[in-house]
Amino acid sequence: MTLSEGPAAVPLLSVRGLTKLFGSFAACNAIDLDIAPGEIHALLGENGAGKSTLVKMLFGVLQPSAGQILWEGAPVTIVSPGEARRLGIGMVFQHFSLFEALTVAENIALSLDPKISLARISDEAASLSKAYGLPLDPKAHVADLSVGERQRIEIVRALLQNPKLIILDEPTSVLTPQEADRLFETLFKLKAEGRSVLYISHRLEEVRRICDRATVLRHGKVTGACDPKQETPASLARMMVGSDVAEVHRDAGTVLGDIRLEVGNLSVPARTPFAVALRNVSMKVRAGEVLAIAGVAGNGQGELFDVLSGEYPVAGDEAIRIRGKAVGRTGINGRRLLGAGFVPEERHGHAAVSAMALSDNLLLARSQSDRKAFLSGGAFSVIRFDAIRSATRRICEVMDVRKSGEDPQASSLSGGNLQKFIVGRELDRQPAVLVVNQPTWGVDAGAASRIRQALIDLAKAGSAVVVISQDLDEIFEVATNIAVISEGRLSEPHPAGTLTLERIGLLMGGIHESHSIPEAAHAH
Amino acid sequence: MFEAILLTVITASTPLVVAALGELVTERSGVLNLGVEGMMIMGAVCAFAAAQLSGSPYVGILAGIFGGGLFSLLFGFLTLTLVANQVATGLALTILGLGLSGQIGEVFVGQPGIKLQPIVFPILSDIPFFGRVLFSQDLIFYLSVALVVGINWFLFRSRTGLKLRAIGDSHSSAHALGINVIRTRYLAVMFGGACAGLAGAQLSLVYTPQWVENMSAGRGWIALALVVFASWRPWRILAGGYLFGAVGIGQLHAQIVAQNLGIVIPSQFLSALPYAATIVVLIIISHNRRTTLINTPASLGKPFVPDR
Repeated sequence: MTLSEGPAAVPLLSVRGLTKLFGSFAACNAIDLDIAPGEIHALLGENGAGKSTLVKMLFGVLQPSAGQILWEGAPVTIVSPGEARRLGIGMVFQHFSLFEALTVAENIALSLDPKISLARISDEAASLSKAYGLPLDPKAHVADLSVGERQRIEIVRALLQNPKLIILDEPTSVLTPQEADRLFETLFKLKAEGRSVLYISHRLEEVRRICDRATVLRHGKVTGACDPKQETPASLARMMVGSDVAEVHRDAGTVLGDIRLEVGNLSVPARTPFAVALRNVSMKVRAGEVLAIAGVAGNGQGELFDVLSGEYPVAGDEAIRIRGKAVGRTGINGRRLLGAGFVPEERHGHAAVSAMALSDNLLLARSQSDRKAFLSGGAFSVIRFDAIRSATRRICEVMDVRKSGEDPQASSLSGGNLQKFIVGRELDRQPAVLVVNQPTWGVDAGAASRIRQALIDLAKAGSAVVVISQDLDEIFEVATNIAVISEGRLSEPHPAGTLTLERIGLLMGGIHESHSIPEAAHAH
Repeated sequence: MFEAILLTVITASTPLVVAALGELVTERSGVLNLGVEGMMIMGAVCAFAAAQLSGSPYVGILAGIFGGGLFSLLFGFLTLTLVANQVATGLALTILGLGLSGQIGEVFVGQPGIKLQPIVFPILSDIPFFGRVLFSQDLIFYLSVALVVGINWFLFRSRTGLKLRAIGDSHSSAHALGINVIRTRYLAVMFGGACAGLAGAQLSLVYTPQWVENMSAGRGWIALALVVFASWRPWRILAGGYLFGAVGIGQLHAQIVAQNLGIVIPSQFLSALPYAATIVVLIIISHNRRTTLINTPASLGKPFVPDR
């Protein structure tokens, strides 16, 4: 593409026929890609499309099985991340590779030349972070920082090496709209300096807004190269998924029923120094309602989920009611027996035991609430494997879980497919109340739309659904009412139609409007 | 009288400090080696044997360091290369060390040993009281103080120390940065073994210059407790080591005083004091989770297998 534009445009980075085989499976299959100097290039694709494998090869973490990487026109072999950095490639990972026990400066020092003193690194990091609008205290311990601040460390760390190409992997998934805007300004500054950015995202709006060109991957192959500004989100999604993504449908004007879940003035102190205290949280969720709770990561979402699910029961029994029954001091199983279902945020290790089969994971979650169906022999509790297996099969069919084999280990599924299974495991019971935390975090567009539709359908069938999410697109897609959590305080719910993105952004940033949230205004 | 007690406290505390410092470095790299007792007794027997055979206690010290270091290499091979469970391997190392040292030392039982003589600093040792206590000690005491200063500098000032702490905090992140996790851990384990061996040499060349089976008498376990007690900080090891050493010596004097008064205190009660103190300290520091999280190596005891 770039080559046809004329002899002057030697791409900064070219990839020719790059292939990575894992056994006989081609994670990347003959990929061609050109990144011009000074452009923001988007890399789009569903989970498992080969984006991370491609990027890992570019950054020297994985070695390609075949194909060529050209850097400024010359073929190179990138054997290690150190080699990539020497060439001028910087990387900001989605899952930060930071050391919590170390300070910001120490973290940065680890990836730099050991001859540079810590004091100099601190100074340079401070001045760089100021220049690019990314405020950071070099002496702070990472353990004390928010997710957004941690991302800044990664960006500053990459910038300190003065890279020509910066790779960002899903950078905005942890940011408020305002924080994301600030990041985009930083990216535009980098672009103006002639640096290139490879921007990996599945947020199509964002890509259309900031990227000059886009390369779309599907099943390890390039399925499209385009100017995202000329495309619509729907056309980009079509390139990513290969078919039209089912649009999420919601009936307007659903009639809400009785109150299914009620939280009254609940305050919970922080369990650890890194946790957030919940302050005067109140909510009422009715049958047929999807209450979406927006907020930036680390503002009490996890803590709220823990008290709603009963993982950490609260002191006041009356503070939480499920279907009218006081359950504040009741544990998870007691609440599940009342017809509630819960899907926590962490797929591995919290919602599912990675090393166990899907059927085992099903039994673990529902051994108490569906005792009659899955266990027999009275007090002996003998497992009825046939019943569990057929339930597993049913869930996988309904949710379109794609897996290898009949009953594979949870860890062998891709994130999106495991998430579909975990959500399906709860939906299978038709719970009267469902609480989900970050239902589509790191999940591809196809699986995400499936999960969202399932949540809406559940509410339509007369259940009360609480969706805690950082993804504002998702929130507007599913919500009947929207509340915002900030520093452990939950705002009043607003009907979804009355809120704009800007207004939510302000609420997320903790700027409360006194007339809508009187108690928060008093507390300030 | 007080000076004499202080001198015995120093002699009793030095092996605890030295062994605990070595284990601190090992644990800061994320490896939990419970075999300190075994490495210590191997150091003790190697030091004693080498001193007897060569006639020089300094050859004995080198042999103690070498013996402890070599013995820890066995632990390193099992846990780092073969990825065996660290807790089980450490316990096995202690049991093996106690048995093996008894076997090696059999011929030396009852032989009078060679005592490591103090090195007297000419002018400094003339300072009343402190001079005599601090500047007419043996080499291992001076080394123990140097180790505290050196390790503190290494861990918190040097880039290599930073890498070591990074590995202890998250070995997979460190690996992703291109730090050689396994090699660093091998070195840290061997440093810990060498320190335990040096502590053992102090036992058989200074504390009681003779060979007695099981002469480490649980000091390796106290050193392990000391690392947690000190929340992985070198200077606190020094303070805690002397506290535990003083408790150990104080218990002997308390026994005598109590006996004279006709009170019977079970000796087990007093020898359990360091462990009880460690538990109390653990409870206190666990109240401040933030400091614990920042000091405790997060990947402590977790095996590392690079995926690629």
